[in-house]
Formats: sequence, structure tokens, C-alpha cells
Amino acid sequence: MTQVSMTVNGKSVSGDVEGRTLLSGFLREHLSLTGTHVGCDTAQCGACVVHVNGEAVKSCNMLALEADGADVGTIEGQANADGSLNVIQQAFQDHHGLQCGFCTPGMVMSAAALLKENPRPTEAEVRKYLEGNLCRCTGYHNIVKAIMAASGQDVSSIAAE
Amino acid sequence: MPKDSGIGASSKRREDVRFLTGAGNYTDDINVHGQAYVHFLRSDIAHGRIKSIDTSAAEAMPGVVKVFTGKDFEGVGGMPCGWEVTDKHGAPMQEPPHPILAQGKVRHVGDPIAAIVADSLEQARDAAEAIDLDIEVLPAVMNMKAAALDGATLIHDDLKNNICYDWQLGETDDAKVDEVFANAAHVTTLDLVNNRLVANPMEPRVAVGEYKPGTGDYTLFTTSQNPHVIRLLMCAFVLGLPEHKVRVVAPDVGGGFGTKIFHYAEEAFCTFAAKACNRPVKWTSSRSEAFMSDAHGRDHVSKIELALDADNNFIGLRTNTYANLGAYLSTFSSSVPTWLHGTLMAGNYKTPVIQVNVKAMFTNTVPVDAYRGAGRPEATYQLERVVDKAARELGVDPIALRRQNFITQFPYDTPVALTYDTGDYNGTMDKLEVAADLAGFAARRAKSEANGKLRGLGINCYIEACGIAPSNIVGMLGARAGLYDAATVRVNATGSISVMVGAHSHGQGHETAFPQVVADMIGIDESMVEIVHGDTSKIPFGMGTYGSRSLAVCGSAMVKATEKVIEKAKKIAAHLLEASEADIELKDGEFSVAGTDKSVAWGDVTLTAYVPHNYPLEVEPGLEETAFYDPANFTYPAGAYACEVEVDPETGQVTIEAFNAADDFGNIVNPMIVDGQVHGGIGQGIGQALLENCAYDENGQLLSASFMDYAMPRADDVPFYGVDHSSQTPCTHNPLGVKGCGEAGAIGSPPAVVNAVLDALNSGGKAVDHIDMPVSPSRVWAAMNS
Repeated sequence: MTQVSMTVNGKSVSGDVEGRTLLSGFLREHLSLTGTHVGCDTAQCGACVVHVNGEAVKSCNMLALEADGADVGTIEGQANADGSLNVIQQAFQDHHGLQCGFCTPGMVMSAAALLKENPRPTEAEVRKYLEGNLCRCTGYHNIVKAIMAASGQDVSSIAAE
Repeated sequence: MPKDSGIGASSKRREDVRFLTGAGNYTDDINVHGQAYVHFLRSDIAHGRIKSIDTSAAEAMPGVVKVFTGKDFEGVGGMPCGWEVTDKHGAPMQEPPHPILAQGKVRHVGDPIAAIVADSLEQARDAAEAIDLDIEVLPAVMNMKAAALDGATLIHDDLKNNICYDWQLGETDDAKVDEVFANAAHVTTLDLVNNRLVANPMEPRVAVGEYKPGTGDYTLFTTSQNPHVIRLLMCAFVLGLPEHKVRVVAPDVGGGFGTKIFHYAEEAFCTFAAKACNRPVKWTSSRSEAFMSDAHGRDHVSKIELALDADNNFIGLRTNTYANLGAYLSTFSSSVPTWLHGTLMAGNYKTPVIQVNVKAMFTNTVPVDAYRGAGRPEATYQLERVVDKAARELGVDPIALRRQNFITQFPYDTPVALTYDTGDYNGTMDKLEVAADLAGFAARRAKSEANGKLRGLGINCYIEACGIAPSNIVGMLGARAGLYDAATVRVNATGSISVMVGAHSHGQGHETAFPQVVADMIGIDESMVEIVHGDTSKIPFGMGTYGSRSLAVCGSAMVKATEKVIEKAKKIAAHLLEASEADIELKDGEFSVAGTDKSVAWGDVTLTAYVPHNYPLEVEPGLEETAFYDPANFTYPAGAYACEVEVDPETGQVTIEAFNAADDFGNIVNPMIVDGQVHGGIGQGIGQALLENCAYDENGQLLSASFMDYAMPRADDVPFYGVDHSSQTPCTHNPLGVKGCGEAGAIGSPPAVVNAVLDALNSGGKAVDHIDMPVSPSRVWAAMNS
């Protein structure tokens, strides 16, 4: 067991982990931050995306020890200070960008990273950026629409809700 | 003007808030104090005889609580099949045992051989490596046609062959069918494969079993679409437990698509082991494990023949299908290639003579069962591909050929056992032609060609039978369960309402849409109504969510229960208003006396029901009603879809340029949610048509066992979709006039995509009649260059 310390959603945390403990496992099992989901074992689905030092990272593909000292952000820390949904979260609700909700935390975290580096992405840029996030429910239509709306673009001409 | 609340409003989903903030409660988020973890040692051999299993070294490993093998389950029931199909000779299907852990033989890669319960998952996995297995490898039976031959290796030694049943529907007189074809002016024949798929909800399956020795109570938390069905099957057929001592909870469930309907061995194991180990036992499937233990979908090999007269009227249809059931019968597997498939072969057309033949085969593969659409996509794919091929052969417009043969009079009795209550297939086609701007296709094709690409337009029509199902009818057809649903409407003293429903929401938005109905009926704010689902200790005995049935069946039960509540509340209101019950009207949450200004508010009546001081003596206190609803018929959503593709003639790469759907779902409660359901179905259908394929090699090794090998559709594989559901013929036999929308997209889209690709190739002068799904670049390129 090795001690690992990091900042998660602005709070200092630490714990004893095995060398093989993944960051996703540390968040879920040690910190009970179960909003980060694990949907595969090959770093393909993106349900586990978190922010590590501001970068979108698949937390199932990173050892907890590798995040020692890092500033980690998870879905639980995304809402506004008053608890209301942030702009991206609100856009997902407004445009029905989620159904079962399992991929949603990863989608929201990826979308936040995308909009940070590209504040007004085109449809093609959104679709390309989401290559590492699988959703089985929505056919992606409303996820792409929600992210474009969250970037301040008018999505009213895009067919249907 | 769109409504802003109640039936017909696109109310925003209330469940979204918890999912968007990481506050969902999925089964893997549940940890029970003192829990142990189970790891299943699964067969890496497709077919073999177990000579010996030595678990002694594993049992001595650190942290190991207990190691189970098939021996521990001798005398325990196996996994049951919920539908007995009768073959065409009147004999029951062959029904082999399906033990919780393998006994005697392993029959597919992934078949569980041993279960190791340990303090940690890592310890359980380590101990699995120490189990000494001696398995004699037997030939793997993989090809369905070969499996059906006399002398084929038997998968189940006690069965007479590998054929589960040889089933027929429609015209039983072969000579009559032969005569129709002999007299046809034109016959179109097509051999095709409906590719094997894996449902892959993003949340893998999880089960947590718990046992309280003090009371003898069990709790199973599980990723299920139908907790009461799981409890009934597990208690009555597998473990022999009294239902009242078992609670099954399916909390937030991360997608199902059919694959979480079924009762799985891991659920029974965790429940059993919780008592045997005297500790809660948790299992979380990895994705790789899911690929070899979740029931798969589709996997049909079919020949379809369509006979037309000299005027291009459809006069006969004959299909011969081999349907793969895998190594064991999953819960509803037997019903999928039969009653959920053969019955749909009439499609939208008035073909007078239809014969459907299905041989259902055991093979050394993972069991196959319902996946979104379940039998209906397989039927639609055959029919709509052969209709398109016939149009091409005859040189007629594929839309005109379809319109000419549409059923236009309702109710309509098909030759394959269904009665369509209502529909308007020309209506949806009219909507499609406008929405998809089919008039502008020629110009778009010219533009694509100018860019060196081939452009194709693919049309598809579909009908599906949803709202499963009238219990008396499915009982006659072999179902071992009723298929009604149930709802309890509990009005609280202060007027808020909890509605306990048998349906389960795992993405469908019931928590939002169902309250819209109840609130609308009473005239109160939607926020005053809450849906409770997914816990057998809280909800009435309902059958759960599948087959696009939730609103049509459970929603109808909810309407009936709400009507009972209103009827009783009117009695109380009449007493308070000193008026006759017959004169009481309910509107906008107020009870009033017709023709007067006397009224009493909803909340005053509900409070009176629970504080019955000034109260009609003949009425019981309280305001809570339960209703069960058993449908009188299936519902028949239908529609027309158009797909436009571009094909790169250099590479065979297909891109979806446009996809439009015009559906008739009858009345609609929440258009936003309905659109989302169609989007998701289309996404999965495009996945089947272009990308997805569950592949085995000839030795039964699963080649596509991760998202690295199994190509799921990603955001850049699909376009924005156009969805129109303004052509509405309400269902005639349920109170809401709703039909169901969950599977339409997955049923309607694969033939549209493949028809579009073939249209593109033929427009480029390549006479290609058929490419099997997934229509990958290599297959397209090969077809173009053959």
C-alpha cells in the first residue's frame, strides 16, 4: 500500500492504495465519488472521463498513484456553487442530451474540455472530439446539439428536440 | 402551439438532474457492509467435457471465502425459459437444462465453470488462476445449417439433435404456396444474414446479493428491466425461495435494450451465495465478461421469396430462416424468432399468402435473446430488402411499389396471426417524402457525383407489434407468464401523489412522462406526482419494460388507477359540496358542482380522505387505488424511413448523409422523449447496418470481445436525424391511444441504410443485389469489384 494525495473538486484527499489501483477505482471505492462510471476495460467508452490538471483523462486508464499531487475534477464538482446545473449540464437537460445517464458524466466532462479549447466548435468538431465517448441511448443527436447550444450557438434549426 | 405541461408537452426530464451531477444510484454504486466479491471462472473452450475441477489450491488462497462449482448446484433449479414454442408437428420445443454453473460440459466461451468468493475482487481473480481444470475439448458446433444435419455433434447429449424447434406460421399447405409461386409473373428471391449483435448498454451488469439470517430475508440489487420478473423466476424456478422473503431492487439502470430483461445465472448465484457464505456477495461484470455472458441479439440466416402478379401486386411470400439460440435457452429466446418475428412478415402489405419457416438452432455460442426490436428487425430487414430488390428487378419506383401494396383498410387480419387495429401507411410515406425532400434527391445525387461520390437513397417501411401483450393470447402461444402490468396511485393527504409502477425506467424517462399523464388527468402540477419503480418491496406485481410496452400497458394501468382515484375523490367532493356525485366535475385540480360556482380544491378533498371527520360514511377513508391492465391487442406503430448515403467508389467507405424517419406512434405524451427514443434506435440500427458484428471463429472463439473489436457507432459515424411523428392514428384499444416508440428506430433503419448503399452502387452502374451487414468498406469494395 502506498499513500496517495490529491485535490479532488477543490478538496484535499488522501488514501492508501495498491500500485494497481486505478484512478477510477480510487474515486469510486475510496472517495465514494460514484458519479465517475466504468463502462469498459479497454479505455474505449469514456464514461470515466475526469479532469486531471485541467485535461480530460480516462480515469480507468490512469493509476491512482500517477495522479499523486494532481488537481482532479469529477462530475460531482461541476455544478455551480449554488448547486444549480452549470451551462453544459443545463444544456444537456434542455436538449435531452441523456437518457440512461450512464455515459453522461464522461460526456459532460469531455464537453467541458472541448469547450475550453474550442469555445465555438462546429458540428463536425464536436463529433470528432467525442470519438472517445460512447453513448448507446441517444444516437448522439441531442448530445451534439446540447454541446453546441452550451457554446452559445443557435441550434434551433437542427431538426427535432 | 405546443403545450407546456401535461400530455403532449415536452417537459424536461426531472431525472436528468441526478444523472448530470453524478448523483445517480446505479447498482455498482451500491456497497453493502461486509460484502465479499465473486469472480466467475469462465470457459475459454467453446465445447468440452469437464473431466475434473480441482479447487483445493484456490480455496487455500488468501482472502478466499468459498469456491463454488456446478456440484454445489446439483438439486438447484436451472435458468428457466419463459416461452414454450410448439413446433410445426405439434411437439414441444427441446428444452435442455441450463445450470447456474456448468455441469458435465461447457457449451460456449464464457460459460461459468466456477465462482470464487473472496474478500476482494483481486483475491478472487488470483484464486481463479489456481483452479485446476481438466476439460476434454469437443468439436465446436458453430454453423447453423451444419448443426441441423443428422450426425452433427450434439451440444446437449440428452437431446435428439441440435434443433430446438422447427416452426411454421401462416399457410401450412406447401402445395398452395408452391402454386402461388408457380403462377407468379415475377418472383424475387434473396438470401441474407441478420448479423449477430451485442446490445452493450453502457452500464455492464451487476448483482449484489444479501441475506439476513435473523429474518431469513434476501435482497438482490440487480441491473434489470423487470425486477418482479426476476424475483418470480429466481424464486419459483431456480432457488425455490418464497417470494415474500425476497426483495429485488433494480435502481438506476444504465440502459437495457432487452439484454437486461433476462434472468441471469449471476443473479441467482449472488442470492444463493449470500446465504451460503453468510456475507453479501457482489458481482460487477467487466465489459469483456459482458461480451461473453450478456445474451446476444439477432443472428438469423434467411431465404425470402416474394411472388408478384403481372400488375406488381404482392401475391405470396415465403421465408426460411435459421435462427441461432446459442448454447442454452435464455429467458425469452424461443419467442424471438417465432411469435415476435414470423407474425411481422406481412409488414405493411396486403400479401394474401404467407408462409414463415424457422429452424431454431443450438450452437456453441452465447445464448441469443431479445435485443431492441427482437424479431421485428429481422422480419423487417428481410421483407424490405426483398421489396426493394423486386422494385429494382421490375424497374419500378420502390416507393410506388410499396404504396401499391400497402394495407389501407383497418382493422386488418394478416395471414400471420395479427390484427392491425389502425394505421395510415400512405400518411407516414407522405410525411417522409416532404421531410426528406425526396423531390430534391436527384440534384443532391448530381452534386455527389460531381464530387466523385455515388449517392443512394434507401427507403424502408416497417410495422411492429408493441405493447406486449394480451395474456390470454400469448398464453395460447406458449408464454409461461402473463404480460399485463400494474400501477398503484397513492394520493397523500396533502395532495401529492406517488405512483408505484411495474414498468422500469432505464433511459426512457418514465419519471417525467408518467406524471404528465396523471397530472393532466387531475389538473395539478406535474411536480406533485412522483413515480416509484424498480423495487419489488414498493411496487405492485408488474412485468417491467421491454417491447415498447411501458406507456401502452403500464401507462394504461396507471390511467385506470387514476380514474378509480378520481371516482372516489368525487364521492368525497360531493359530500363536502352537499351535491350529487353525478354533478361533480374535476377540472384544473378543482372539484365543482356543474352549473354552480361551488367548488372544493383537490388538496381539500385529499386531506379529507385521510382526516375523515366530515366524510361520507359509506366510503372508506384513504385515497389509494391499484389497477392491473391486460391489453386487448398489440399496438402497431408503423412508419417510413429514408436514408441517403454517399459511397466512395475508391474505398467503399459509406457515409450517412441524411436520415429521416416518419413514424406513427398514435398519441404522444412527451414529444421530446419520443424523438430521443427514435434517435437512439436509429443510431443502433445504423450501427448494425454499417459497423457492428459479433464474430466467432470456427472453433467458437469470440473474436469481438471488447470495444476494440466490436465497432460501436460513435458520434462521427452518424448525422443529425430528421424525426416526424405528426401522422397519428391513435391506438384504438388503450385509454391513451398510444402505441410505443422505443424500438421503431432500430427496426426501421437497417434496411433503409442497406437499400441506400445498393441504390448508390447501382446508380454507378454496379449491378449489386446484396451486401450483408455490416456494410463495411471492404464488403462494399469487394461487391463493386467482383
